[in-house]
Amino acid sequence: MIFSFDLLINAIVSGILIGAFYAAATAGVSLSFGILDIVNIAHPAFIILGSYVAYVVNAGLGVDPILASIVVTPAFYALGAGIYQIYYVSFEKRGQESLRGLAFFFGLMFITEVALVLYFGVDYRYVEASYIGPTWHFGPLDMPLRILVPCLVSLILIAVLQLVLTRSFVGRAIMAVAQDQLALRLMAVDPIRIKRIAFGMSIATASLAGAFLIVIQPVEPSVGREYIGRVFAICVLGGMGSLPGALIAAMLIGIFESLTATFYGPSWAPAVSFGFLLLTLAVRPAGLLGR
Amino acid sequence: MRSDIFFLICLAVGGAAFAGAMALDNDYVFFAGYVVLQYVVLSTAWNILGGYCGYVNFGTAAFFALGAYSTVAIHKLYPLPIPLLLVVGGAVSGLVGLIMGYLTLRLRDAFFAIATLALAVVLQTLIVNWDYVGGSRGAFIVRPEVIAPLGNYVRYLCLIMLLLAVAAITSARLIERSRLGYGFATIRDDELAAEASGVPTLRLKLIATMISGAFMGMAGAPFPYYIGYVQPSSAFGLDYAINSIAMPLIGGTTTWVGPLIGAILLGSLQQIVTVTISSAINLLIVGFLLVGFVIVAPNGIVGLVRGFMQHKPTGLFGRRRLGVNAPGPTP
Repeated sequence: MIFSFDLLINAIVSGILIGAFYAAATAGVSLSFGILDIVNIAHPAFIILGSYVAYVVNAGLGVDPILASIVVTPAFYALGAGIYQIYYVSFEKRGQESLRGLAFFFGLMFITEVALVLYFGVDYRYVEASYIGPTWHFGPLDMPLRILVPCLVSLILIAVLQLVLTRSFVGRAIMAVAQDQLALRLMAVDPIRIKRIAFGMSIATASLAGAFLIVIQPVEPSVGREYIGRVFAICVLGGMGSLPGALIAAMLIGIFESLTATFYGPSWAPAVSFGFLLLTLAVRPAGLLGR
Repeated sequence: MRSDIFFLICLAVGGAAFAGAMALDNDYVFFAGYVVLQYVVLSTAWNILGGYCGYVNFGTAAFFALGAYSTVAIHKLYPLPIPLLLVVGGAVSGLVGLIMGYLTLRLRDAFFAIATLALAVVLQTLIVNWDYVGGSRGAFIVRPEVIAPLGNYVRYLCLIMLLLAVAAITSARLIERSRLGYGFATIRDDELAAEASGVPTLRLKLIATMISGAFMGMAGAPFPYYIGYVQPSSAFGLDYAINSIAMPLIGGTTTWVGPLIGAILLGSLQQIVTVTISSAINLLIVGFLLVGFVIVAPNGIVGLVRGFMQHKPTGLFGRRRLGVNAPGPTP
């Protein structure tokens, strides 16, 4: 193995950049799985759906993919709210979320993936935007704009979400619903409505994450599967519901994946997040910034 | 009914079906039958952990592929007879199930489910990077064309899968009616209460994971001989994961009959749709059936039939009760 300092620095920086994107992809899972305790394993599939929406709008109208994804967030929010309503009526109310609720989301993931395959085929799709080609150079550092731009927007997204959760009434209600539903009801707030809003928000972030993904790399329907292990590993490692924790965990995993890819070959990278997940579960299930 | 009698009845039914297929003398029947029987084994195996204990395993494909790749690895060293390969594939998968379970089963059940999802991705990464078994290029297995008394080799593979299915169903029924099965049911219904009453929950969960994983590995062991060319994307196919969950949930999870009904119905349906329409459509159908059934009929076909017999609408509001393992329709 040839060890070079430039290679190391570049691997670490690109790991941090990609880590910010991972954090954006995990934000939705932190909301649904971390705070609401809804094991939405279909989240990566919704991210891919977001990628395809961005692709269709970009290819059809020539709109910037990230801008397009921001415009369609209300539609994703409505989708999420609708899914939560079905989930609540069919599983949560009956106390069957552990087995059948999981199977429900697994089925949704599957339907989304197969529907995308049937409609778009398994070819890789990509978007066009002015920042996709060029790369900025800082001495030995290379920063491709196609990763830098999603990274910056991801950081803004995380910051906005964190502000909403800690400062706004709805956000505080969401944090409260995770702790004590009954108490929330005594404060004359409908916990189901709050959960519906939170789940809608979580799916809305998938729209943005999807656009980031398709800017960073070409996408085909089964790419989502790689992200299942990754986003849940980040969510658990970050301490379930904590967004700052998720950001730190995402950058850690990004760095380790990037180092693995640089020094051992990219085909080994998917194993990193799983190793992290197992290690976290075995050693510290509460995560880095656990509540 | 006693288990040995049940086993003999299963054997007789299986034997009769096999003799019928031999009389038809059409190799396609065996090709399709193998796949359906493979799903009977996979869904019965999934149900031992998922249905009896209530722990969801999304990694059926991983255990299945472990069995298949054990066969590939051994075939490269020295071709063993298939029944021995079953034992090896089962042992490898069972061991991996045990280790995975030990790491994740002490935590909340969602963690186990997520870990199994990730396991499939990671094992696939390992296999893709392992050149000895062909890596991402895949591996060819040359199988004999014919076998002495049966004719085409597929008939032999189908017979093995039939015996494995009989073994899986008998074991599942035996577990269901034993102390072990009652222990599993307490975990499913209220793990905390079970733990408090002195049920060794972790040990029972590990046993369930091991048995379930071992049967999945055994189902995968003859796969390379069946298909002739194994590559990671076919052995780790997502259709194994979705089918082995959909079949028990559609059939009914609390008894051994459920996975059997689900596998035969859904497996045959898929064979028909694959031949008449397309193979992508049939996966979409499975997805919709799974989502539809878990919402509308949470206890599956068995629950619907039972509700119909008792003239009670157990479909929408029925709840499982502890230890109620009412016998299904006797064969």
